[in-house]
Amino acid sequence: MSALATSTVELSRWQFAITIIYHFLFVPITIGMGLFVACLQTAWYRTKQERYQRLTVFFGKILIINIALGVVTGIVQEFQFGMNWATYSRYVGDIFGAPLAIEGLVAFFLESVFIGLWIFGSGRLSPRVHLATIWAVALGSILSAYFILAANSWMQHPVGYHKLNGRAEMTSLWAILTQGNLLLAFTHVISAAILTAGALTLAVSAYHLLQKNEVELFGHAARISLVVLLIGGLSVVTWGHFQGQLATREQPMKMAAAEALFETEKPASLSLFALGPLEKYPSKTTFNVTVPHLLSFLNNWSWSSTVEGVNYWQRDYAKEYGAGNYKPIVAVNYWSFRLMAGIGFLFIAWSMLGLWLTRRGRLERSRRFLRWSIPLLALPFLANTFGWLLREMGRQPWVVEGLLKTSNAFSRSVSVQAVAFTLAGFILVYTLLAAVEAWLVVSVVKSGPAPPAGEREQPKQIELGY
Amino acid sequence: MVVANTFVSLRGFWFVVIGLLWAGYLVLEGFDFGVGMLMRLIGRDAAERKAVIGTIEPVWDGNEVWLIVAGGATFAAFPDWYASMFSGFYIVFFLILIALIFRGVAIEYRAKRSGVRWRSAWETAIVLGSAVPAFLWGLVFANVIRGIPLDSRGDFIGDLGNLFGGYAILGGLVSLALFAFHGAVFLTLRTSGKVRLRAKMAAVWLSLPAAALVLAILGWSLADSGTVNGKWIAAFVLGAIAVALVTASLVLVYRNRDGAAFAATALAICSASALFFVSLYPRLLVSNAGRPPGSLMARGQDLTVFTASSSHHTLVLMTIVALIFMPLVLIYQGWTYWVFRARLRGDSIPGGAASSGTASRPTP
Repeated sequence: MSALATSTVELSRWQFAITIIYHFLFVPITIGMGLFVACLQTAWYRTKQERYQRLTVFFGKILIINIALGVVTGIVQEFQFGMNWATYSRYVGDIFGAPLAIEGLVAFFLESVFIGLWIFGSGRLSPRVHLATIWAVALGSILSAYFILAANSWMQHPVGYHKLNGRAEMTSLWAILTQGNLLLAFTHVISAAILTAGALTLAVSAYHLLQKNEVELFGHAARISLVVLLIGGLSVVTWGHFQGQLATREQPMKMAAAEALFETEKPASLSLFALGPLEKYPSKTTFNVTVPHLLSFLNNWSWSSTVEGVNYWQRDYAKEYGAGNYKPIVAVNYWSFRLMAGIGFLFIAWSMLGLWLTRRGRLERSRRFLRWSIPLLALPFLANTFGWLLREMGRQPWVVEGLLKTSNAFSRSVSVQAVAFTLAGFILVYTLLAAVEAWLVVSVVKSGPAPPAGEREQPKQIELGY
Repeated sequence: MVVANTFVSLRGFWFVVIGLLWAGYLVLEGFDFGVGMLMRLIGRDAAERKAVIGTIEPVWDGNEVWLIVAGGATFAAFPDWYASMFSGFYIVFFLILIALIFRGVAIEYRAKRSGVRWRSAWETAIVLGSAVPAFLWGLVFANVIRGIPLDSRGDFIGDLGNLFGGYAILGGLVSLALFAFHGAVFLTLRTSGKVRLRAKMAAVWLSLPAAALVLAILGWSLADSGTVNGKWIAAFVLGAIAVALVTASLVLVYRNRDGAAFAATALAICSASALFFVSLYPRLLVSNAGRPPGSLMARGQDLTVFTASSSHHTLVLMTIVALIFMPLVLIYQGWTYWVFRARLRGDSIPGGAASSGTASRPTP
């Protein structure tokens, strides 16, 4: 391949990575906060307690600011397959296009139409119907995740297809929509979104508790957040574990790289901290702290099973697909995996600590816990990003595992200058909008919820329009 | 044999579906674009601009999904069309994306602060973010039917200059004028008071360039049989209907029949879309590589519904999904418009744009 084509592929990959990581900063908030706000509004509808109404409106504002960027950056993703990856689109369109189109028709319409009704419809809809609109938004965002992950899971583990007419053609949509890879990725991502929402609402509540502002309201919100955080944390780690087990069967190279396991071991040790030679594709570690037997156990619940290493799979793939490099960048996989999982466990511990503090109402006075809860908010976003780095970079050099290499998938008609130009454009615009969004969210958070209505005048609706 | 026959009809069916999705997108986001372009002209102060933008605030998001679904359906039903078009119009699509990003964010963020500079910066983003894609969509469609240089794989082999020919620029001006007119008529329907009067004036003035430009591109298209693919009569009839509808809309808006006027501009955009897709069929993306301008030579490298489609199996499944969910979407999106049917006015409502007015006929 010419050097020019190589740099087109490299820049297109950077563009995809940057735009999708950016998009996925907003997606978990939309899914998690959508569910969170829907639950708050349900609580208000059922109990008629004013605090739920105030929390719904307050957290709803954060949801709305976030959804705007989530929607517009989502369009980029759908266009980008055709723009930068035309060869890929031709090869997989018969399969990959379907879940994408279904996502638009079934999920995106639902989310986008009903968010407008939720924001502006409060005065025109009955409380019951208005409550249904936020649930429609939450359902839409969850379905959206399902169909997008169906498309992505097919790239990780192609099923329900045959090779015909020089491309992959679909034989079973059912197989594509029900494979284990998808179901586990879906539960893992939804759990991560719940964890992200919990960390966000905890940080916001902690800020106001530290300011001694609306202590009763935000003490309540903080306790809800801790429960959400614990549920999200336990769930994300559990499904992540099963996802890893499945990946050792479906994508063994990815998992060997994620464990920095270069040579096959029986029984295999789990690496806790590994360093390797400073090269892109090393074939050994130079320093490795391990726990004997543990990797074997985690892989298939057996203390003495064999786990094949990166070098084994390299030889195996070369035999099957011809000479070439089939290793992903081990360091990226290994550290993404460890940091992601570490953050998941950290939040389980953090939420348990917080819940322990809530006994006898000590949470509101635990200033150190509250102070730390604010910067910790950065971690779920990092963990979400590491998760995608592991999933996508662990699949390299394939764009569709075993079928199509990334280096062959790009748009032949697009010049390297054009990709560089759009990459620079996206970085510029995205940075600007991230700054505006962050500033807006912070100012909404700082200004706090609207003051409570007078004692005689109970709120009759959720007023979000402006 | 049965399979082969249904395959032919399924490909035709999906061509029609994608045509309908694009028409739906252009009708719905068309007035969003028009409202956005005109918002600073028709809304003169903060309250009026709030009313103007308030007419599309609850619905623009759902309208834009028509684009997502049109793109997704193209990907699923005609992967080669999707691949060739999206990579071929690379820089143009990038500009559309950037415009749509700024516009969407601007609509949501504009009202979050009350500072003059904050507001006017986002309003500029709304105006440009509406006008740029309104022009560029027309440019894209004009190029699709007029032809761009493609190689035997269907990959674009020209440069940016190939996309900015005279015909393409005329196409861009047609969509720009039609959407501005459509948006003005929509604002006339959805507002009252001074704002409505100004929207009505804008509609009257914009009807002339809209009709003239549609006539111009119709004439240019008919003059070169390659463009309408020999379908002179169909193209002429649909083009004439579009011009007649624009004219009818002018008369109706002048007589304060706002609802009927809006229906007429919506149908005018539908006719223009029909003109485009009927002329295009069975081609999807025309190649003019190696063809002298004006020549009637057959071109072997056009993408057509026969060469660019997905498999029979995929088309059957997508048909089932579309037949179930498309009506559902139409019902709940239609319901949204019913919920937000009340006219907005630009004064006397300090609390919220949501609480003004009734659906009664305005006094002219």
